[in-house]
Amino acid sequence: MNAAPLLDVENLAVHFEIRTGGIVNGQRRALRAVDGVSFSLRSGETLGIVGESGCGKSTLGRAVLRLIEPTAGRVAWLGEDFLGFDQARLRAERKNLQIIFQDPLASLDPRMTIGKIIAEPLITHEPRLAKAEVEARVREVMVETGLLPGMINRYPHEFSGGQCQRVGIARAMILRPKLIVCDEPVSALDVSIQGQIVNLLMKLQRDFGLALLFISHDLSVIRHISHRILVLYLGRVMEVAGRNRLYERPAHPYTQALISAVPIPDPALERQKKRIVLKGDLPSPLDPPSGCIFRTRCRYARALCAERTPQLEQVDDAQSVACHFWPDVFSDRAVDELSGKE
Amino acid sequence: MTALLNVDNLTIRFATPDGEVTAADRIGFTIDKGETVGLVGESGSGKSQTVLAVMGLLAKNGRADGQVRFGEKDLLGLSAADLNRVRGVDIAMIFQDPMTALNPYLKISRQMTEVLIEHKGADAAGAKRKSIELLDLVGIPDAKGRIDLYPHEFSGGMRQRVMIAMALLCEPRLLIADEPTTALDVTVQAQILELLQELKRERDMAILLITHDLGVVAGLADRVLVMYAGRLVEEGPVDPVFFDPAHPYTKGLLRSSPRLDAARIDALAIIPGQPPNLQALPEGCAFAPRCARRFAPCGERPRLRSIGERRKKACHLEEMP
Repeated sequence: MNAAPLLDVENLAVHFEIRTGGIVNGQRRALRAVDGVSFSLRSGETLGIVGESGCGKSTLGRAVLRLIEPTAGRVAWLGEDFLGFDQARLRAERKNLQIIFQDPLASLDPRMTIGKIIAEPLITHEPRLAKAEVEARVREVMVETGLLPGMINRYPHEFSGGQCQRVGIARAMILRPKLIVCDEPVSALDVSIQGQIVNLLMKLQRDFGLALLFISHDLSVIRHISHRILVLYLGRVMEVAGRNRLYERPAHPYTQALISAVPIPDPALERQKKRIVLKGDLPSPLDPPSGCIFRTRCRYARALCAERTPQLEQVDDAQSVACHFWPDVFSDRAVDELSGKE
Repeated sequence: MTALLNVDNLTIRFATPDGEVTAADRIGFTIDKGETVGLVGESGSGKSQTVLAVMGLLAKNGRADGQVRFGEKDLLGLSAADLNRVRGVDIAMIFQDPMTALNPYLKISRQMTEVLIEHKGADAAGAKRKSIELLDLVGIPDAKGRIDLYPHEFSGGMRQRVMIAMALLCEPRLLIADEPTTALDVTVQAQILELLQELKRERDMAILLITHDLGVVAGLADRVLVMYAGRLVEEGPVDPVFFDPAHPYTKGLLRSSPRLDAARIDALAIIPGQPPNLQALPEGCAFAPRCARRFAPCGERPRLRSIGERRKKACHLEEMP
């Protein structure tokens, strides 16, 4: 891993204007889909973005690529001001920043052969390339992504979900990008196929020094593939930590609840597990709670939480958390564990 | 003791423009009173079609043969009218997506009381009282105030609770839950699993839980059935099946799911190859093309055979290494 970050995101915000109420008396209000998110990513590194539906994780992934223009914040790409790039520069730079999507079949044009689909980005970015050269590159990337080059003239509907996702990955890889945003790339796939795709992404990362921004709601997959993990709740960062640290010693009450909620395929563990069940529902993003956005569902919430928004503070080099009372979360956890052993 | 539900030699075929497809092939299993059974499989394994056939809810081009005995009745032979005296009453079902399973035009109160008035001959006031009681039981806050809302006014987790409350109205002896938490966020899933756990403890109700999530089965089920390509490949009590799987597919499935409590490894164990194509299944064992342990006998279809107390597998291997 290099020392300088590939991508440096600071205070990124995406606000959508929503009209509420009637057409005549309606008001325009800002929905803060992503609010003040900061992180950095180095080449060869995977940052996992985890959160539940509506937490803004997909919006964040798209905003980083400027597929949605951010409302505020700074994105430094290889040290340059990425948000300041004009259209031409942005288009040229996009060959280094690719994305793969959740629904593998829907993200492929049904009327194009997979050879054409995979070649398209290459032809767009290098229009003068000879036909034979394009085909050679397509075949090469098909081999790298586990597709048989003999399938080059087939259509997407002839492939299974896992194979379609390989096509999506091949299309992203053909330009030899430095970063791929993976938006729930295995969520639509069967368990037995998920592993194949996760292994493929990890292998491509090793072989090409790729950086991955891996967005998922699945904490088990996220833990497996990521080096560091960022936990989002209603558009804000709750916690960022190294993968093992996050699971072994979560500092945020939300992270704690998320981890305890995941069922583990082990009947003995499941029977003795104490689940932290969050009360209530996600608040409306149009009318978020004051202060700490998580406080309405938090078992540690006190008066201060309604008054002041907690900033992301560093526990140590491996962990940062946005909670006024994280030392309590740590010590209570110790108490829980002790009483469990009696 | 006789079983509550006894499925025997159930075969489900669909007529499609490309020819006939067998979605479930000679399936047999039983569910005892008060027992929770997990039915596990990936997409296309036939798990959902199996329970839809039990409920008489197959699509028009589908046909079910075999026997589905519930008590004294063979459900497959019943007319729609007779079937309606069983489903919704003795057997209730909850679905993956509560928004599409509830009627968006009707208030929750109407959808719930209708069931009691129709099946139990309750009067309007009594039906409403009972409905509120059940909404309360499944953890809807302010049930009395919210019973007159429409489905869209509830969140996803609350809608799933409403559907569970509806299913419990007639105090069914069997609850069929088809991927009841798959559409939900993990913290909401935890709430619903907790609720099902409670219902299981407090009521003498059997649950048939259909899911692809092995973690959900591990926490809730007493016994597990594993399906692959429309066939049952393994069955047994949860502990031995999870800790000592007997079928290579079950073992592969367990090993290929990344576990939250596991350290990072370089590569996940995988099941190679692609999911089975039901229209072009190989002769013999359907899993053989993806199986690392295949050998000559796999060219012949293995039957589901007993391999110990309450355990069965459909595999020619004697031992799992």
